[in-house]
Amino acid sequence: MELVIAIAIGIVFGSGIWLVLRPRTFQVLIGLMLMSYAVNLFIFIMGRLWVDKAPLTPAGTVPDPALVADPLPQALVLTAIVIGFATTALYLVVMIGARGLTGTDHVDGREPGA
Amino acid sequence: MTTLPWLQHLLLVPILLPLLCGAVMAPLTQGYHRLKFVLGYVSVLGMLATALVLIAMTDGGYWQDGIGVYIAANWQAPFGIALVADRLAALMLLLSAVLGLAALHFAMLRWGRIGVHFHTLFQFLLMGINGAFLTHDLFNLFVFFEVMLASSYGLVLHGYNAERLRASLQYIAMNLAASLLFLLGTALIYAVAGTLNMADLAARIATLSAHDAGLVKIGAAVLALAFLIKSAMWPLGFWLPTTYAAASPPVAAMLVLMTKVGAYAILRLWLLLFAPGAGEAGGFGYDALLYGGMVTIVFGAAGMLASDSAGRMAGYAATVSSGTLLAAIGYGQASLVTAALYYLVGSTLAVAAFLLLIELIERIRTPGSAVLAVTMEAWAVEDAPIEPVGRGIPATMAFLGLSFMACALMISGLPPLSGFVAKFGLFHALLNPGDGVPVRTAAWVLMALVIASGLVAVLSMMRFGVRTFWATAGSAPPRLHRSEVLPVAFLLALSVFMTVQASPIFAYLGRASAGIHRPADYVERVLHEPMVVRKEGP
Repeated sequence: MELVIAIAIGIVFGSGIWLVLRPRTFQVLIGLMLMSYAVNLFIFIMGRLWVDKAPLTPAGTVPDPALVADPLPQALVLTAIVIGFATTALYLVVMIGARGLTGTDHVDGREPGA
Repeated sequence: MTTLPWLQHLLLVPILLPLLCGAVMAPLTQGYHRLKFVLGYVSVLGMLATALVLIAMTDGGYWQDGIGVYIAANWQAPFGIALVADRLAALMLLLSAVLGLAALHFAMLRWGRIGVHFHTLFQFLLMGINGAFLTHDLFNLFVFFEVMLASSYGLVLHGYNAERLRASLQYIAMNLAASLLFLLGTALIYAVAGTLNMADLAARIATLSAHDAGLVKIGAAVLALAFLIKSAMWPLGFWLPTTYAAASPPVAAMLVLMTKVGAYAILRLWLLLFAPGAGEAGGFGYDALLYGGMVTIVFGAAGMLASDSAGRMAGYAATVSSGTLLAAIGYGQASLVTAALYYLVGSTLAVAAFLLLIELIERIRTPGSAVLAVTMEAWAVEDAPIEPVGRGIPATMAFLGLSFMACALMISGLPPLSGFVAKFGLFHALLNPGDGVPVRTAAWVLMALVIASGLVAVLSMMRFGVRTFWATAGSAPPRLHRSEVLPVAFLLALSVFMTVQASPIFAYLGRASAGIHRPADYVERVLHEPMVVRKEGP
């Protein structure tokens, strides 16, 4: 299971890197999004893979650490998702602005050779 | 029973004050720009006062070992987030308040009036920077970095034109990728060490097995990449000159500080986690910093020589200063870090003053407000800024010339200003490594590079000065407003102050550097900071 997830994260991250290096801003944006998905998954599985373990315990009980999943990576990934979402949206706005002002979606703001 | 003395809450002020001021300003429309300016100004002055008090408290023995710990929400250290103020953090807070003051004052007449949210974003930027200086938790550091970056994205775009859009498109993409690296590194370190509190990490890293220490090293290296992108180490700093040249002057002055935030994070983390001789991971990565810093100096110097525009030149000057700083950190010697901290403060002030000055100097070539006309049109600003006519200052050209000269002296490190004192301190530390320790070859190379980069700075600044001041003789002197002259004069006066008061400042920095070279103190103080016990009801 660990191997499958690790390979999956690697593929998603690799695709992201490839897209980030492309010359069109939309490709860069999708690349950044893929990379951030991969990173979020990575943070999530850094709490180890568990089956049937609750991250929360009923109120009033003293939890046995061996029976609960690590809740911290889940909190971290939530924060990371929110921040990543906001900054990606901001990038999208800047991208649309650049498209309007320069008339091209090339990352350099002008077509190659133009 | 422990109760919290109210002075302890001062640690929160540099974060809460700009947050609240920024939040109050956010719903205000453009018509209230004067109110926003006053609010922002009060907030920056408050930060300045807090930073001064914190310096007095850390250095005056109020806290044991000069380390003040604030455990947020009363959760004890490894579980909650700890804020830590030591001499170094207090100094950086002072630097950020001083730069904020200068940049905000500079923006009073023009830049603060275009765009709706300049003042709001400015406050959030300060909040992010201050938070990054104070926090003692890796993930919290990430959050403050994001606060800082998100507002800097908006500020770089401030005064919206095609050049700024192009620059910020690259700047944002670069920093989004860097943030992902930050997260990767943090997650990996957490997976191995099981904690994100820096002091707790420092305590645990020393006890890790060789295999786990290897994983922590990988995580830390990925993390360092994110910091080094901020502090523009070669080959990660290509975004910097373009962004600096494109950003509006007050914003560019703040960006200079942001490169130093990266260097600060490296300095803090590396001395805490990878102190030479601490377990399996001790001494990791110092050589990479040393040689990377050296290459950065070469790259920055070459860029200075090659660049035509003053904005790009200032960007490369900031690169050179980053390189010198990183190399000094990587050299791994406490007395050198002292000198490097002096250099950090001096060069930040110099480059920021130069970036503010550039706009004023550019008016010699393009008189009037031609620069802003386009922006005004784009934003359809009805309430156009008052033209700085009539209330200008006399002897404009003399002021510009002298200020330019002072900047050039500081950036290139010639006597009598602070740049020279800083370089002298660096060389002194390099040549006196302690009793019986031979001077390393790397020290000679580093000194040669610093001297050569100074020479290159002199050459390129001189070329720019000749072209600007002599080649345009006969043109009418530009009109400057007091509000634009004061910040530049203020920053330069601070540099003169640093030169005159070099001895007490060096003594303070020496104590700061000695403090961060004793990671055990942090472990002890942060992890054993007592919780506040609630008084039982009657």
